[in-house]
Amino acid sequence: MKPAPFDYVRPDTLAEACALLAGDEDARVIAGGQTLVPMLAMRLARPAKLIDILRLPELAGIREENGAVVVGAATRQAQAERDPVIRASVPMLARVLPWVGHPPTRNRGTVGGSIANADPSAEIPLVAVTLGAEILLATPDGPASMPSDDFFVGPMLTAIGQGECVRAIRFPVWPHKRIGTGFFEISARKSDFAFVAAAAQVALDEEGRCLDVALGVGGVGDRPLRLDVSSLSGTRLDAASIREAVNAASGELDAMSDLHASAAYRRRVAVTLGIRALEAARDNAAANPGKGAR
Amino acid sequence: MKVDLRINGVNRVADVEPRKTLLDVLRENFLLNGTHAGCEHGVCGACTVLVDGEPVRSCLMFAVQADGYEITTIEGLAPAPGELSVIQDAFCETHGLQCGYCTPGMILAAHALLQNTLAPTREDIAEAISGNICRCTGYGQIIEAVQFAADRLRVANTPRPILTEKPVVEAK
Repeated sequence: MKPAPFDYVRPDTLAEACALLAGDEDARVIAGGQTLVPMLAMRLARPAKLIDILRLPELAGIREENGAVVVGAATRQAQAERDPVIRASVPMLARVLPWVGHPPTRNRGTVGGSIANADPSAEIPLVAVTLGAEILLATPDGPASMPSDDFFVGPMLTAIGQGECVRAIRFPVWPHKRIGTGFFEISARKSDFAFVAAAAQVALDEEGRCLDVALGVGGVGDRPLRLDVSSLSGTRLDAASIREAVNAASGELDAMSDLHASAAYRRRVAVTLGIRALEAARDNAAANPGKGAR
Repeated sequence: MKVDLRINGVNRVADVEPRKTLLDVLRENFLLNGTHAGCEHGVCGACTVLVDGEPVRSCLMFAVQADGYEITTIEGLAPAPGELSVIQDAFCETHGLQCGYCTPGMILAAHALLQNTLAPTREDIAEAISGNICRCTGYGQIIEAVQFAADRLRVANTPRPILTEKPVVEAK
């Protein structure tokens, strides 16, 4: 349980970090290290060089900018969990963060690290895909960006190239006043890897009709998946419509089988949790008076 | 690689390989063996220390990453040699430990919780120690210990009303 030897460098700028990454195939990025260090300890990963990006000022901070909240990649999960901007403007992210690992791992683990790790059952990538977030990258040629749908390719696999690293995540902020979220997951113990997770966000008008809706499931396929439930727009999100929409959207769901759960189980649970998440999001929005309070 | 650490309020210098975890440096270089080595891959919580007051697994952090932070180990909690902190004492009082392997991690997790939460609920406590595995007592008495410590700290820290009149002593 001791990592193999490696060189450690802590560059002062993001450009320097990218140059180091681009110049060495065996270099890996480390930030919070909450997934990488166990991999090193078990020698499932043996990089020759670790490039520590945790303290880079370019990767810090949470800021609002035209219709989005941009979360710096090195933002620690515990910091995001407590952040008032995230609570107010990206309520789905605030809702799932307590389910990410345990308090001690959230104190070190970063938002960008969870995105770059691309675990199919992880909550933060699920939120990114469900809300249609944009992944901002640092590349040797300067800044770039990519929609989450293109970024997540498979289990622990992303479209990130050599010499690139995640710079920030841009979560869209819904403009509506009455927004609610719902989240459920099934795991062996709280905060363990989810067999299935479902996250939903809805916006209601004053009469309680659905203005916008988003639903995603994690842990089911080889990456987080957004389900198309746009048929619910304009409805009152009654139980029957929700059931019908989720069933229709999950018909083609590509589920995986492993030691923990079969594909059939995952598909069934995804439908059930999807329905529950939408109902919880509806009730959560209905309880929100939305008098410009967001 | 040379690294400057601040451990329990004291500046210390070590020359370590980058692959050495904070846990190993605490135990081997500084003989702070109260931080226990359990699974060494971030599952059990026995190696919990406080980094800037927040609980962190010292097996998931390399010592070379730890410069510039205030690190607190279990050795840094007691007010004086031979004494116990309120939380440590509460664990003894309520039989919150048996073999003691998980105890330093549990106490540091509880310490961080009680720094920020005056009156934690059972759920708050369960969440705070959710990353720490105990394999002997079960968790009932540990939760009881944290609740007991919280009660004692709360009472100790509550200002009592100042008596303006002398208590009347009835003459016989």
